[in-house]
Amino acid sequence: MALVEKSAFDDVGMHMSEATAGDYLELLKPRVMSLVVFTAFVGMVAAPATLNPILVIIGITAIAIGAGASGALNMWYDADVDAMMSRTSKRPIPSGRIQPAEALSFGLILSVLSVMTLGVLLNWLAASLLAFTIFFYAVIYSMWLKRSTPQNIVIGGAAGAIPPVIGWAAVTGSVSVESILLFLIIFLWTPPHFWALALFKSAEYGRAGIPMMPNVAGSPSTRRQMLFYAVLTAASGVAPWLLGYSSAVYGLVAAALGLGFVYYSWKVLRMDDRDEVMKPAKALFGYSLLYLFGIFAAYLADAVVQRAFAMSGALL
Amino acid sequence: MEDDFVTLTASQKRARRSRSVAIGLALFAMVVIFYVATIAKFGPAILDRAM
Repeated sequence: MALVEKSAFDDVGMHMSEATAGDYLELLKPRVMSLVVFTAFVGMVAAPATLNPILVIIGITAIAIGAGASGALNMWYDADVDAMMSRTSKRPIPSGRIQPAEALSFGLILSVLSVMTLGVLLNWLAASLLAFTIFFYAVIYSMWLKRSTPQNIVIGGAAGAIPPVIGWAAVTGSVSVESILLFLIIFLWTPPHFWALALFKSAEYGRAGIPMMPNVAGSPSTRRQMLFYAVLTAASGVAPWLLGYSSAVYGLVAAALGLGFVYYSWKVLRMDDRDEVMKPAKALFGYSLLYLFGIFAAYLADAVVQRAFAMSGALL
Repeated sequence: MEDDFVTLTASQKRARRSRSVAIGLALFAMVVIFYVATIAKFGPAILDRAM
């Protein structure tokens, strides 16, 4: 029994929640969070300063929770369109497991908590960047861009690209060219990654009324733009080496991964207009995830090796 | 009198228990995080202050 009078519920049309902790965890978009955690961690480790490992873990946790909070706010606002698409219709709000108001409160509380934790325990520049990211994703992208322009994920991609800059700022207290290069890699990677999905899900996006590039500009134009962004992504991937921030080994790995990205995008460009299975687009979507993980792993390994050499040199 | 209150179904009870455990763990984690972070950030100096 719950000590709540029935009339209190009946009057406002509420009911007892059946949402489990797992449903709330789902609101945080754990898969997106894992990408945020990894890229923010790379930013923190690659930064030219050291931080107590405990504070690194706390910083990563705060950034991950902040990213999750923006995901919850996105799910709260997008519940109507999520219900219309097979990919998102089983999310906690459209499936009725969590009420919209519960998701909104959850997202807002976690946003404040994550920003305050990062600010108090690390620094306020990183906290401000995290607050800006949450605002940008929830308000600028979800509430404005997503439903109004085919450039939605191009501009909105900035929110997903900031985590390594936040990680860098959390350790150094500043933003530098290296961290902006990491931002650029994710920012330029987002359009080919997302449009590959939008190509083979264009009917669903059309039904939901979301102006994704394939629905507005058509498939051929989208595929040309994807190749354009893939070339820019590959170039930004090798930029840390060209500018002297990373070793030639990283440069070679980045070049190889970038060539693969351009190759898969080229295959998408050559795809038949009448192709409904869209294997090349699905292959590009899969490869894009591998690309981002690969390039950040290479950057991380390079930074760790360079630091180990610098430390051994200092000891000799 | 009993009828005036909401009676939870089995699944509502399970869900409430799951949420309660999660809230408890999250609060405990926050206490640990702030305790450990304070020690990590200030070190023994946190105890070395003028009375």
